[in-house]
Amino acid sequence: MEHAISLFVRSIFADNMIFAFFLGMCSYLAVSKDVKTAAGLGVAVIFVQTITLPINYLLQVYVLTPLGLGYLSFILFIAVIAAIVQLVEMVVEKFSPTLYNSLGIFLPLIAVNCAIMGGSLFMQQRVLLDAENVKAIANLGDAFAFAIGSGLGWMLAIVALAGIREKMEYNDVPKPLQGIGITFITVGLMALAFMCFSGLNI
Amino acid sequence: MLSKNTKEAFLNPLNLNNPVLVQILGICSALAVTVQLKPALVMGVSVTIIVALSNVVISLIRKSIPMRIRIIVQLVVVAALVTIVSEILKAFAYDVAMQLSVYIGLIITNCILMGRLEAFAMTNSPMESLMDGLGNGLGYAAILIIVAFFRELLGSGKLLGYQIIPESWYITNGGWYENCGMMLMPAMALILVGCVIWIHRSINEEKK
Repeated sequence: MEHAISLFVRSIFADNMIFAFFLGMCSYLAVSKDVKTAAGLGVAVIFVQTITLPINYLLQVYVLTPLGLGYLSFILFIAVIAAIVQLVEMVVEKFSPTLYNSLGIFLPLIAVNCAIMGGSLFMQQRVLLDAENVKAIANLGDAFAFAIGSGLGWMLAIVALAGIREKMEYNDVPKPLQGIGITFITVGLMALAFMCFSGLNI
Repeated sequence: MLSKNTKEAFLNPLNLNNPVLVQILGICSALAVTVQLKPALVMGVSVTIIVALSNVVISLIRKSIPMRIRIIVQLVVVAALVTIVSEILKAFAYDVAMQLSVYIGLIITNCILMGRLEAFAMTNSPMESLMDGLGNGLGYAAILIIVAFFRELLGSGKLLGYQIIPESWYITNGGWYENCGMMLMPAMALILVGCVIWIHRSINEEKK
């Protein structure tokens, strides 16, 4: 239990998907123009991450490793992610039209969000670590903790950037640097600030 | 041999329509693998090969892919190619493959691939798609190499693992120079790419 909580907190701050690994950068930069849409995409990422990562964990531990099919993991993981995204889209549309309307446009985008695929690939590496290691994913509970944590960390990052970009509209930025250039530098500075969590030990 | 369209498909992404600087695609891996020049080179070459081949494959079967499931078809083609490249790297360049770790697998979700497949290969002939893929891959590799060049030179005083800054300059050897440790941090990759975009835009604006 303690291990799962530590994993959860670390994956939000110290191992933040955006600031430590640059995963999911494309949609991160494209959809961070206002806070409301950013939060919508963030929720969708948490949602899909929490479903796909444990499924991929079960596949990795109970199917791929015993059968020695490790080299098929890329194809299998991406197929699971694409299928789950499609499934989630249909289920949400059927049972909660309001949620569908707010998430709707983002759900298909998520299939190619590197944060989701990256989460599964990190899980694949971390399964191999020994249980003592703080980063190890030893059971299904850990996989859930890592999934929710990394999703939350991603959402935190995108909402924070959207907030800053909304304010930055009014700043006088050199012309060639406007738009995407200054956004990169802002994210760089935010990443520097997040470095202070890297010493975090729980 | 090359028609005008094919030539444009190859040359445009190298500068004016660069995938990283202008279309802002494929940023994740561009930032993560640039601490040293060698992994950046390997990554650039791998992406170029995969983009070019997947563009050709998708372009060949573009007329028989049902619209509704095209994303899954594209992902499976790309995933198969990435698996092949990853196995080859593990066999012939094991240490680089370990350094690149998950980022090789992440080529599957690299937005450059999906972007080019959707925007170009689905509507163009195999030959044009091949050139478009090569152009985009090389445009991406060029940015990787620029960023990695500065990060490795300033961060550890080396290029491709060879010491460039003379040992006698270092403070530890009685000199005046010290490596800029900041360059090795992930954050500096973002700031460097920001600066490259700045320079690229101001040069291209003068041309207009």
